[in-house]
Amino acid sequence: MPRKDAAELESLQARLAGATGKKYWRSLEELADADEFRRWLGREFPEQATVWTDQPSRRRFLKLMAASLALAGLQGCRSQPEEKIVPYVEMPEEVMPGVSMLYASAMPVPGGAASVLVESHTGRPTMLEGNPEHPAFRNVTAAGMYAQASLLTLYDPDRSQTVLREGAISTWDSFLANLRLRIEAARQNNGRGLRILTEEVNSPTLAGQLAALLEQFPDAKWYEWEPVHDDNILEGADLAFGQPVQTIYQLDRADLILSLDSDLLAGQATHLRYALDFADRRRPREATLDRGMSRLYVVESSPSTTGSRADHRLPLRPADIETFARAVANRLGVNVGDAPSLPEGVTEEWLAALVDDLQNYRLPDGQGGALVVAGPWQSPAVHALAHAMNAALGSVGRSVRYIEPITVRQESKTTQLKTLVDELNAGEVETLIILGGNPVFTAPPEFELEKALTKAPFRVHTSLYIDETSAACPWHVPETHWLEAWSDVRAYDGTISIVQPLIRPLYDGVSRHTVLSALVGGAAESYDLVRSAWRERLSDLDDKAFEAQWRTVIHDGFLAESQAPEITPTLAADLAMRLPTWEAPQTLDESLEVEVAFRPDNSIFDGRYANNAWLQELPRPFTTLTWDNVALISPRTAERLRVKTGTVIELEVGKQRVRMPAYVLVGHADQTITVHLGYGRTRVGRVGNGVGVNVYPLRSQETPWSAIGAIRVTSATYELATVQHHFSMEGRTIVQDGTLAEWQAHPRHPEFLAASHHGEGGLPSLYPEVKYDGYKWGMKIDATACIGCWACVLGCQAENNIPVVGKEQVATGREMHWLRIDHYYDGEPENPAVHNFPVPCMHCENAPCEPVCPVAATVHGSEGLNEMVYNRCVGTRYCSNNCPYKVRRFNFLQYSDKSSPVLELLRNPDVTVRDRGVMEKCTYCIQRISAARIAVEKERAATGDGSLRIKDGGVQTACQNACPTQAIVFGDLNDPESRVAKLDHEPINYSLLEELNTRPRTTYLAEIRNPNPRLMS
Amino acid sequence: MSTLQENPPPSSRRGPIIDPDYNFGSVTDKISSIVLTPGTHMGWWLGFGASFLLVMVMLWSIAVLFARGIGVWGLNVPVGWAFDITNFVWWIGIGHAGTLISAILLLLRQDWRTSINRFAEAMTLFAVSCALLYPLLHLGRPSYFYFLIPYPATHGVWPQFRSPLIWDFFAVGTYGTVSLLFWYVGLIPDLATLRDRARNRYAAIIYGILAMGWRNSARHWMRYQKAYLLLAGLATPLVVSVHTIVSFDFAAGIVPGWHVTIFPPYFVAGAIYSGFAMVLTLAIPLRAAYGLQGLVTERHLDNMAKVMLTAGLVVAYGYLMEAFMSWYSGNVFEQYVMLNRLQGPYRYTYWALLICNIIIPQLLWSRAVRSSPIALFILSLIINVGMWLERFVIIAVSLHRDFLPSSWDMYTPTFWEWSLYIGTIGLFLSLLFLFIRLLPMISIFEVRELLVEEAHRESE
Repeated sequence: MPRKDAAELESLQARLAGATGKKYWRSLEELADADEFRRWLGREFPEQATVWTDQPSRRRFLKLMAASLALAGLQGCRSQPEEKIVPYVEMPEEVMPGVSMLYASAMPVPGGAASVLVESHTGRPTMLEGNPEHPAFRNVTAAGMYAQASLLTLYDPDRSQTVLREGAISTWDSFLANLRLRIEAARQNNGRGLRILTEEVNSPTLAGQLAALLEQFPDAKWYEWEPVHDDNILEGADLAFGQPVQTIYQLDRADLILSLDSDLLAGQATHLRYALDFADRRRPREATLDRGMSRLYVVESSPSTTGSRADHRLPLRPADIETFARAVANRLGVNVGDAPSLPEGVTEEWLAALVDDLQNYRLPDGQGGALVVAGPWQSPAVHALAHAMNAALGSVGRSVRYIEPITVRQESKTTQLKTLVDELNAGEVETLIILGGNPVFTAPPEFELEKALTKAPFRVHTSLYIDETSAACPWHVPETHWLEAWSDVRAYDGTISIVQPLIRPLYDGVSRHTVLSALVGGAAESYDLVRSAWRERLSDLDDKAFEAQWRTVIHDGFLAESQAPEITPTLAADLAMRLPTWEAPQTLDESLEVEVAFRPDNSIFDGRYANNAWLQELPRPFTTLTWDNVALISPRTAERLRVKTGTVIELEVGKQRVRMPAYVLVGHADQTITVHLGYGRTRVGRVGNGVGVNVYPLRSQETPWSAIGAIRVTSATYELATVQHHFSMEGRTIVQDGTLAEWQAHPRHPEFLAASHHGEGGLPSLYPEVKYDGYKWGMKIDATACIGCWACVLGCQAENNIPVVGKEQVATGREMHWLRIDHYYDGEPENPAVHNFPVPCMHCENAPCEPVCPVAATVHGSEGLNEMVYNRCVGTRYCSNNCPYKVRRFNFLQYSDKSSPVLELLRNPDVTVRDRGVMEKCTYCIQRISAARIAVEKERAATGDGSLRIKDGGVQTACQNACPTQAIVFGDLNDPESRVAKLDHEPINYSLLEELNTRPRTTYLAEIRNPNPRLMS
Repeated sequence: MSTLQENPPPSSRRGPIIDPDYNFGSVTDKISSIVLTPGTHMGWWLGFGASFLLVMVMLWSIAVLFARGIGVWGLNVPVGWAFDITNFVWWIGIGHAGTLISAILLLLRQDWRTSINRFAEAMTLFAVSCALLYPLLHLGRPSYFYFLIPYPATHGVWPQFRSPLIWDFFAVGTYGTVSLLFWYVGLIPDLATLRDRARNRYAAIIYGILAMGWRNSARHWMRYQKAYLLLAGLATPLVVSVHTIVSFDFAAGIVPGWHVTIFPPYFVAGAIYSGFAMVLTLAIPLRAAYGLQGLVTERHLDNMAKVMLTAGLVVAYGYLMEAFMSWYSGNVFEQYVMLNRLQGPYRYTYWALLICNIIIPQLLWSRAVRSSPIALFILSLIINVGMWLERFVIIAVSLHRDFLPSSWDMYTPTFWEWSLYIGTIGLFLSLLFLFIRLLPMISIFEVRELLVEEAHRESE
C-alpha cells in the first residue's frame, strides 16, 4: 500500500526533523518501537518470535515478552539521562550485590496510601512489605495486595512506553511544543477552555500544583472522577452533620461491630489497619480467655471477607439494608421518622438480640463499646443513620473518631464528571488534560463520555497503559509507575507519606507532577517539585533543619505528626427531617427481576489492575475464581431460575444488556446478583484484554451500587477456572471450630476439638524420635484470624518467583501457588458458616513425600524442613500423589519465562527459578532463614558469643508478613520464648489430618467464634 | 523324562494337545514354513502396515511430549498419574502370562504349554517393551532418567532406595532381561533348524549367527536342558515379584485406595488374568490365519480359559476385600474411596470394570463357551478392557479425590494420551507381526519332544 508507506515516511521525517546530534540517534532508536520494525525484527530473528505451541493462552504473554524485550534493551538506553559509564572505582557505600536494602515508600490508592518498605536488590525493587512504623499502619507488616502486585505492573512490558499522537509515536518535546501553544492561548482568556480531570487527589504536592494552576487560570476547572467513589459517604455525612468528615473506626477498642454491607476488612485504603485491629480483639488464648473477644454482626448482600468472620451474618438484598438500618436505629432511640416494617428474613427476635447486644455487650477491658459501620455502597441515609447510631451508642470519641477529610475536594465525583460532560457537550472545553484514571471505560454509560470528549479539540491522557481513554484522546503521555517517580500522598488518617522511587523510569514515563508543571511552570523533575512543595510546607524550618527533616521523612517514609486534625461534628438535631423519606424497596418479580449489586473486584479493583497477571490469577475469595468475573447468585434464586455455576445469564438494566456466566455462591442474598467491576477491558494489554465481561454499562449515575434489572437465563454455558470445586468437609475433621463460651467451659481440653495427640509425641511409631538440636522451625495458623483475603498467596508469589500459568492451566488444575486458602462451608446454603483455611506445606516430620521420591529430590533438613532439591527432581510426581495435603505444585509446562530481561529484574535473586518438569512447593521461605542464620553467624564471629541464635521474629515468611491479620506465625519451636512455641502449647492447637501421623510443623489454632447465646438455635 | 509317566495321560479325558496326525516332519514343516516361505502374505502386510502406522503415531506423540512437556497430557494436581502409569501397569500385567506359561508351567510339567509358550514369551517381551516406555515418558524431565540408576556419579548422590519406584526400576529391569534371555535361549534349537532349512543364503547366515553354533549334539542338548530349567527356575519368582513390586508403587503410598495390603497377590492375579486374556486375543486369530488348529488345539484354549477363570475369581475376591475393608476399617477416607468408585463422577469406569472382569467372565464356567474360539476371543478382549479399567480406577480415580475435599479435581485424558496409548499398541502389534514372520512362533523342538511323549503315553 504505497499510500500508507508514504504516510509512514512522512511521519518518520517529521519525527526526525529538527533532531540533531545525539537527539537524532535517539529518534532513530525510537523508531524501534514501530510495528514495522517489530515485524522486521521478528523476521530477522525468528527465534525471538518462537512460541512453544501451547494452546492459545494468556500465559503466552510471558513468552511473547521475549519479542518485545529484544527492544527493551534499546528502550532502556534511551530513557537514561546522558551519563558516562564508569565502572566502580570505589564501590558505593552499602550497595552490595546479593544484599538487599529496604526503602520506605508509599503507593497511592483510592482513599489513602499503602505504606510500604521496598526491598531492593542492586537497584531493582523485588518485594514489598508493610512499613510497621507508619503511624497509620503501626505494627502492620502487610503491604496490601494492590501494592504487592504493583511490582509486576512496574515491570509489565505492556505498559505504555512512549508519547503517542493519534496513535503514532511522538516525543515529550513535541507534546510540550503543542501544549505550550494551548497554554499561551489559555493565558489570553484566563484558561476559560482549560479543564483538568484527575483521579481523587490526595497528594499534597499535586494538590498544590492544581491550586497554583487554578490561580494562574482562574476560569480553568478541575474535576475528579473515581468509579469506586465515596459519594454516598459524603452525602451521608452531609445529612448527619452538614459537613464532610473522615470517619476512623478504632476496631482495637470496639467490643461489638455491626457492619451494614461494609467490607471493612478488605479492599479499602483503611483495610490493613482495620483487619489487624479487628483480629487483635479476637485472639483468644488459654491464659487470656477471660478477656473475651469482640463480636461481629454483618448484614450484607454479597459474601465478603468481613462476612466470613461474622459471628452472626444476615444476607439481605441491598435495598433491604436501609430498611434494616432504620429499624435498628429506631430501636436504639434514633428518631428516624416512621419506623418501617422489618425486611423479609429478619425476625423480631434477631433484631432484639442485636439491639440488646449493641447496647450491652462489653468486654472486660471495654472502652470502645459498640460500633456501626456502613459500607460505601449503602445509601446516604444508611451512612447518616450509622453516624446517628454511633452517637446514640456513645461510641463517638471511643471507637469512632472523626477527622478532617484528607482529600482536597469533597464533592460528589459523579456530579463533577457530569459537569465536565455537560461542558464538553456545550463546547466550552478546548483543552482537556486527563491525569490518570480511565474515565472512558468507567464513566456511567449515559454520560457518553467518549462522544463528549470529541468536542474538546485538544485532549491528552496520561496513564500507565494505552487504555480506552488514551484511545479517545489525540495525545497520550505514558505515566511513571509510583516506584519510578517522586511524589507524596496522604494515608487514610492524613499522615503525609513520601512516595520514593526505587528505580529510574523503565520507559519514557512522565510523572503527573511533571505534566502539571508543564502547565504552570516550575521544575520539570518530580523530585524538585516534591521537595520544593515540602520546603514550602516546612517553611518554618531553616535550611539545615529542613534538610535533616527531609532526610528523616525519606528514611521513615512519612512526616510524623501530620495526621489530619480531629473534629467533633455535631449531629443534626433534625436528622429525621433531613433523612429522605423511606420508600419500601421495590418488590421483585421472582422469575424475572433481580437487584444487581456492583462491587469493585477483590483482585483488579475498578479495572485499573486488569493487566496484572498475579492479580488476575489470584483466586477471588469464596469462589476461588481466576481470570473472570461472574454474576454471583444465591442457591435458592439459582434453583428457581434453573441456573448452575457456568450458566450464561443475561442481565438487563435500563437499556443496557450484559451476558455473563453465573456462579452460585452460598450465603448470597436471594433475588440479588453481584457483579464485579473492571473486567472486559479492551485496551490494556495482553494479560487483561478480553478477560471477563464489562459491567460498567449497567451502572448508571443514579444507581452506582445497585439497580433493579431483568434476568434472563440462556442455554449457553461458560467454563470458569476455579481452584477449589468442593466446599464441603464431607464429614472429615479438617477445620475444627468452637465457640468462645465452649472453650471457656473447658479451658484445657475444649470439647469441640477432636482428640489430640499433639505435644505428646504424636501417634506411636516404630522409628526412634528424631531430635532437632538446633533450630526447629514451625508455623502456626490462627484460623480465627484468617479473613480469607488471599493476600498471603500474593506475598508468596512475589517472594518466591512463582509463575503465572493462565486460565486454561488453572482450569486444568495446574495453578502454581505454593499456598492456598481453602474455603469450607457448613450449615444451611442460604447462610452457612464460612471457614477460611490457609494451607501451605505442612513440613511434616514424617513426610509422606520423602520416602517415595526415587531420586532423593525431596529430603528432610536438619532443622525439620521438608526441602526440595530442584536440580535433582526428575518429575515423577509421586511425591505430589502421596502428599495428603496436596500442597505440591508441578511445572507441567515451562511456566517461568526465563528469556525476558524485564522479568529478570522482578525476580528474587535468592530463590531458584524453576523449570519445566520440576516439582516445587512452600519452603518456609528458606532463603530468609538462611539470610538470618548467616547474619547471626557473623554476629557470633564478631562477638565470640557462640550461644547467639536467631531471635524470635528474626525470620518472617512472606505469607506471614503479607497477612493483614497476622494469622500466620513462624518461628523456632526450640526457643521456649518464641511466639510459635507458646502457641504450640495452646489447647486449641491441632494438626491437619493428625490421624495420618505425618506430624506437621504447620499446625492450626482452632477457629473460635463468639456468637450471641440468645441467637444460638 | 521318566517322571512324566506318573501323570495320567491328559489327552485321554479331553481333546488331544496335538493333532495326532502330526509327525516330526510335518511339525517342522508346518512351523518353519511360515517363516521360510518366500513372499509375504497380503494379510501380513496389511496388518503390519496398520500397526506400523500406529508406531508412527506413537513417535509423533513422544516428539510432541518431549517438545512441549508433560503438560500436553491432562494430568494435574491431585491427579499426577493417570494414563501413563495405568498403561504401564497394564502392559506389565499382560507380560505376565508369558513368564507364567514358560516358567511355572514348565516346572509344573504342564506339557500343553509347549505350543503356546513361544509366542506368549514374545508377547511378554513386547509388552514389557511397551511398558518400559511409560516410566521414561511420564517423567517431567525425561533427559534426567538416569538419576534413577545407581551409577557412580561424581556428586555422590544415589537413588533413594526407599522409593518403590526404584524397586520398580530393578524389578522391571530384571524381568525384562530374564524374559529376553529365556526367550532367546528357547529359540536357539529352532534357529538352528531354520538355519538348516533356509534356502536363502542371507537368511541362513543370519539364522546361523543367531543359532550360536548349535549342532544338535547330545552334549548340547544336555547342557541346554539344564540351562533352560535353571532359567525357568530363575524366572519363576519373577512372575510373582514383578507385579508385587509394581503394586508397591501404590500399596506403599498413603493415598486412600492405594494403601491396601492385599495389593500384591491381587495384582499378580490380575496380571495373570490379563496376560492370559492377551494370549488368547493373539492365539485365536493366529491359529486361524496360519492353520495351526492342530498345534494350538481346543485343549489349549480350554486350559487357558480355566486359568483365566481362576485368576478372575482371585481378582474378584480382591475387589470384594477392598470393598469389605473400606467398610470394616471405619476410616472415612477409605470408605469414601469405595463410595466414590460406586457413585462418584468416574462411577462408569468402576461399574464397567465389574461387568468386564467379574460378571461376564463367569460365562467361562460353561464348557460350550470355553470350546468356542470366537466366544473366547470376545471374552479375552472384554477382560483386557476390564483390566485396563481396573488400573485406571485404582490410580486415577483414587487420586482425584483424596484426603482434603478442597483439592479434589477432575482428570480428562487429552488427545496425546490416547495417541500414545494407541501408539504403544501399534508398537506391540508391529513387533508381533515381525516376530511371526521372522521367527518360529511355536517351539519346533518342544512340540517334537511332545510328540514323542504323547506317542510314549499312548503306547502304554
